Amino acid sequence: MGELLLIVVAAALVNNFVLVQFLGVCPALGASRRLEGAIGMALATGLVLTTASGLSFLVDHFVLQRFELQYLRLLSFVLVIGVSLQLANRLSRSFSPFLQRLLGIYVPLIASNCAVLGVVLLNSAASRSFVAALFYAAGASLGFGLALALLAGLRERLQHSDVPLAFRGPAIVFVTAGILSLAFLGFTGFARL
Amino acid sequence: MTTGFELAPAPHARSLVGVPLMMRRVLYALAPAAITYVWFFGWGLVINFAVAAVTALVSEGAVLRLRGRRTRVALNDGSALVTAALLSFALPPLVPAWIPALGSVVAIVVAKHLFGGLGKNLFNPAMVGYVFLLVSFPVEMTQWIPPRMGDIDYMQLSFSGQIEYSFLGRLPNAVDIDTLTRATPLDIVKEGLRSAHSFAQLRGGSLFGDFGGRGWEWVANLIVLGGLYLLYTGTIRWQIPVSLLAGLLLPATAFYVLDADHYAAPDFHLFSGASMLGAFFIATDPVSAPASDRGRLIYGACIGLLTYAIRTWGGYPDGIAFGVLLMNAAVPLIDRYTRPRIYGQG
Repeated sequence: MGELLLIVVAAALVNNFVLVQFLGVCPALGASRRLEGAIGMALATGLVLTTASGLSFLVDHFVLQRFELQYLRLLSFVLVIGVSLQLANRLSRSFSPFLQRLLGIYVPLIASNCAVLGVVLLNSAASRSFVAALFYAAGASLGFGLALALLAGLRERLQHSDVPLAFRGPAIVFVTAGILSLAFLGFTGFARL
Repeated sequence: MTTGFELAPAPHARSLVGVPLMMRRVLYALAPAAITYVWFFGWGLVINFAVAAVTALVSEGAVLRLRGRRTRVALNDGSALVTAALLSFALPPLVPAWIPALGSVVAIVVAKHLFGGLGKNLFNPAMVGYVFLLVSFPVEMTQWIPPRMGDIDYMQLSFSGQIEYSFLGRLPNAVDIDTLTRATPLDIVKEGLRSAHSFAQLRGGSLFGDFGGRGWEWVANLIVLGGLYLLYTGTIRWQIPVSLLAGLLLPATAFYVLDADHYAAPDFHLFSGASMLGAFFIATDPVSAPASDRGRLIYGACIGLLTYAIRTWGGYPDGIAFGVLLMNAAVPLIDRYTRPRIYGQG
């Protein structure tokens, strides 16, 4: 149990995907304009990521390793992520209009989130167990959501700032994200992963 | 009804205390601690402050000129000096001069003026400069020296020796950087607890005084005095210092009561490192702190908790800087969820 908790902390804080590993920066900066959007994106990513991690573990162990097809890893993981996206989309549409309203527009955007592929590949490279892989995905989504929420808050505050003309727009957002990354370096040493 | 006048939003009362007076008060409050610091650790602080202050003022003037703004009011309001002072308190006394200079430029230009200048910074400028330096130059930023106290064997550089090292990088003959530097009490405790020494054992070492580290606890005492002066004059409010120290004290006491051998004592945490400096001077920067009192309590408490966590389980010996920056990032969220209730609306 403690080990699983450490995996979550490591994935969410110590090796935060957006701020420390710099994966998934594009959707992070794209969806962090307002806090509501940030939360929606984070939830959608969490759903897809967990599904994709589970499915990719199954594919990895019962197909790729059984038939010695490891060189097809990248290809099959991309397919699995696509399948998880569709699954999440269809399921939310049929079963929960509330979920559909919350996550609907973000799910297709996750297709281009390299953090999702990153998590799946890292799980495979570290040969994590099924449960550990799921916890790692959960931690990664938590970290992604945290980075998004913090960035959204900061960006809303930036709108009332007096940023120099040359830095208005994406430039100051990148500077802010950079300072946020510096702050997240304070978590180094909490867990070794 | 249009009147042809543009009315600024409320409140319309003007405070008698302007920014220059507030900044001056902060500098006065830091003075006793600075004198003690120089007494124990040599002239490094003064040299660092001089370099940082000059660089801060020059870069602030340069940025304002580039933006086509007037420099006289901004340069005279003392805010750059306060940033430089806090940065030099955070740096080791024995650093090359380009370290405070670079940190100052980053603090003033990046953390303050890129976001709009005075009153618009999202993050604490001094802490941004410090963390930037700590992460980029770990070797220079961890060269601490022992205090000048009776029974510790130390060697101290003279004033000219310090200047020579700072600006030219030269040490006097037969003096190696290793002879001059020593680990800080926080470093010793962190390493010692990790290699299974008991805290009581570590506390008996020559670098440890009554509460915190020798020399350091005196600086911390005078920081508290300065902080109380600021509270008395109304320059800062009590919510952040009290909640920060409580956030640090509560887990420290809890863990120490449970296992006194493997965790540092609460009074050690309070009087070591930058706890007091952070509580009274760094976290209280009104711009990067929450706007409501309830928000401030949450903010301070979380900084204290983060500091304790980083000191105990993280990789860095002191967590105040990272704690402050992380909570600066959370301030918009804190403000959103601790909005004061508007009269008449539930």
